[in-house]
Amino acid sequence: MSTTDYAVRPVPQIIAHEVHKPRETKKWVDWVTTTDHKKIGIMYMVTTFVFFILGGVEALLMRVQLGVPNNTLISAEHYNQLLTIHGTTMIFLFVVPIMAGFGNYFVPLMIGARDMAFPRLNALSYWLLLFGGIVFYFTLFFRPPEAGWWSYPPLSEALYSPSAGQDAWIFLIHITGISSLVGAINFYATIVNMRAPGMSWGRLPLFVWSILIYAVLLIVALPVVAAAVTMLLTDRHFGTHFFDPTNHGSPVLWQHLFWFFGHPEVYIMILPGFGIISEVIPVFSRKPIFGYKAIAAATSVIAFLAVLVWAHHMFASPVPVVVLGFFMLSSFLIGVPTGVKIFNWIATLWRGSLVMTASLYYAVGFIAIFVIGGITGIFLAIFPVDWQLNDTYFVVAHFHYVLMGGAVFTIFAGIYYWFPKMTGRLLNERAGKVSFWIMFIGFNMTFFVQHALGLSGMPRRIYTYQPGLGWSTYNLISTIGSFILSAGILVTVINIAHSFKHGRIAGPDPWKANTLEWFTTSPPPVNNFDAIPRVRSVEPMRDIRRQVERSTGVTQKTGGSERFARV
Amino acid sequence: MLASLALAPGAFANFLTPKSGGSPNADSIAELYKLVLYIAAFVFLVVELTLLYSVYKFRAKKGAVAAQIHGNTRLEIGWTVAAGLILVVLTVITFIKLPSIINPPNSDPKGLVLSASTTEPSPPNGRKLTICVTGRQYIWRYTYGAACQQNPFTTKLPYSYQQMVAPANTTVVLVIQSTDVIHSWWIPSMGGKVDAVPGYTTYTWFKAPYAGAIYHGQCAQLCGRNHAAMTALVKVVSPTDYQAWIQQQTAAINAANQQVIQLRRVLTATGNL
Repeated sequence: MSTTDYAVRPVPQIIAHEVHKPRETKKWVDWVTTTDHKKIGIMYMVTTFVFFILGGVEALLMRVQLGVPNNTLISAEHYNQLLTIHGTTMIFLFVVPIMAGFGNYFVPLMIGARDMAFPRLNALSYWLLLFGGIVFYFTLFFRPPEAGWWSYPPLSEALYSPSAGQDAWIFLIHITGISSLVGAINFYATIVNMRAPGMSWGRLPLFVWSILIYAVLLIVALPVVAAAVTMLLTDRHFGTHFFDPTNHGSPVLWQHLFWFFGHPEVYIMILPGFGIISEVIPVFSRKPIFGYKAIAAATSVIAFLAVLVWAHHMFASPVPVVVLGFFMLSSFLIGVPTGVKIFNWIATLWRGSLVMTASLYYAVGFIAIFVIGGITGIFLAIFPVDWQLNDTYFVVAHFHYVLMGGAVFTIFAGIYYWFPKMTGRLLNERAGKVSFWIMFIGFNMTFFVQHALGLSGMPRRIYTYQPGLGWSTYNLISTIGSFILSAGILVTVINIAHSFKHGRIAGPDPWKANTLEWFTTSPPPVNNFDAIPRVRSVEPMRDIRRQVERSTGVTQKTGGSERFARV
Repeated sequence: MLASLALAPGAFANFLTPKSGGSPNADSIAELYKLVLYIAAFVFLVVELTLLYSVYKFRAKKGAVAAQIHGNTRLEIGWTVAAGLILVVLTVITFIKLPSIINPPNSDPKGLVLSASTTEPSPPNGRKLTICVTGRQYIWRYTYGAACQQNPFTTKLPYSYQQMVAPANTTVVLVIQSTDVIHSWWIPSMGGKVDAVPGYTTYTWFKAPYAGAIYHGQCAQLCGRNHAAMTALVKVVSPTDYQAWIQQQTAAINAANQQVIQLRRVLTATGNL
């Protein structure tokens, strides 16, 4: 990095130097051996995005199979394998780790740190994730697992699923679990210990809050599923009978253990997305976030309640009515902090001066979609109603509204927001908006009718169905929608591939943003910052910009993209 | 005619509400669902319209300055309490509706009563019909009569597979078990689903109003490769027809058993077994 004269630099920006001496190694060796949080973050994001595409192709195959009744394109065996790999991929190899990718790249930058607390542990997290994914995907060449992503025993026991695919699934949970756990400890240590001077808990960016809570939830939930899958492994191979009802074991025990992990997992997937939205909306509204404390508190309350709602996945299982009542009420409660967040985001937009970037499109689209997912969640929390809806396409629609329309749209908002920081180039905004609209239409077309499918009595995880049950038209609409959705995603993939080389130069702070990652070059140097500024509010970058304006009398520019920064 | 109505052929089935009409518990769930739907629709409209309005109204324009508001404690408390109140309302209506969903009513006077047992959910007068539903990969077996709970496979009771026959206007308690993996019993028009978990016994009930109806359902819990083929039909007949069917089925099973016994004798005698 060259040292530029302070007065002529277009934006307040740290003078940053490369701290290591230039290496003679090849580029790929640099990537494989790196402990730089930014490189690891990028590897996380690229790897998980590849898994996202794979999981998407699996979903499309299932949608093609279901497009018409009595379809024979995909056999029952392969369909069960597809649904298992799709669910497992999207959860364990895409949404959870891509949030770790964002966290890796941006948490140190946002809190003014030079790296994560344990850089080598950080690299370990990534490589475990990659190898966990490879182990799992190698089953494609043998016999993939086919008991669903929650692998209920006895179906997942050796008697009914003898193939080694089920064991590969267990190893995937173990390996990616250790990866996430190590990463979570790293995030926790980093956020607690390495914040810039003056960055008290009340000035922590909301994305960092969400990663902190994400880490805590991972630390609480992952050991439980690790124990559960170990018990399944010993049941399958070493003669134990934890879940075997013919030997005094209990299949319901698995359900409790699995969902004690499984429900916090939902919040592990969505909370960092909430964090991204809480960063994107104030920046493009040109307004402070409405109710910072309420949002941070809501994040913590959601995490607390998240470990108290697991049995709402088991309303049709043998569970006493009083327990059903408890889990209905606790699931209701979690709706309150979630609602509070939605209200706060809308209040942030209110009376703002909205700069309609692609990132904000995705953020607003996310709110619109997530409201539907939240509301259908209330239906499912009411256990007598859930008796009709559980295990049907209504549930499939619900959690895709939360995770596809929810988490994935926040991820896209994050990609459009942070891509310039990671690469130094802007994504094409017009293509981003086109991508958004195609995705938004395709998404709703795919999943809205699935509510109706569930209400009409179609259970999930069936590989085909008879005509004349009232399901055919909905299924066809859904299948067509899924291809529109994919086309929308493809536009962004092309956008990323093209902009990586040919995008417009972004400059350090293209959006006039609020947080410290924009106070360094794009992309940042290895050491991030030479000097770390003192933090005096939730919006340190804004303070710095103002301070420079006061002292120089020059309105600060963004360094390349003024059109996004009209105030 | 009612049968074809119940199967609801056609392009579109239930778009906004769950199926019902085959039993009072299904009807109660549908009523509860509709109440929730009205509240949900209201919340949905308020939130989405506010969102749309703010995105439309507050777009950056020349000279527009964003209001620098950091929050409003009263407003925050207000919408937290409002959200809480909506949930209190939902809780109250759920618990008001709950008894009609989980407690079976008495059979109608013209209904049929074959047994009385105290170990399972019972209508107030204790008089009901018991049918055991046993899930196995990939078919449902129905054993008719309260004694089925001892062991549906060894007791000499009439049974059938895939299609259940049940009397109308009668409170039928279902005893649900599985012999292998987890299945889920679900006839949408006749109430919610109940998992059939090996090692556990679960119960549900229905009281079908119309003789002549046939209701479709299928296993709702992934149970292996042929999960999609594990369908179930409930054929509702009049109580007299039901008794006739039971006798006919018993006779048919006995005849088949006799045939097997004879065949076994012949095979044993000729040294082929």
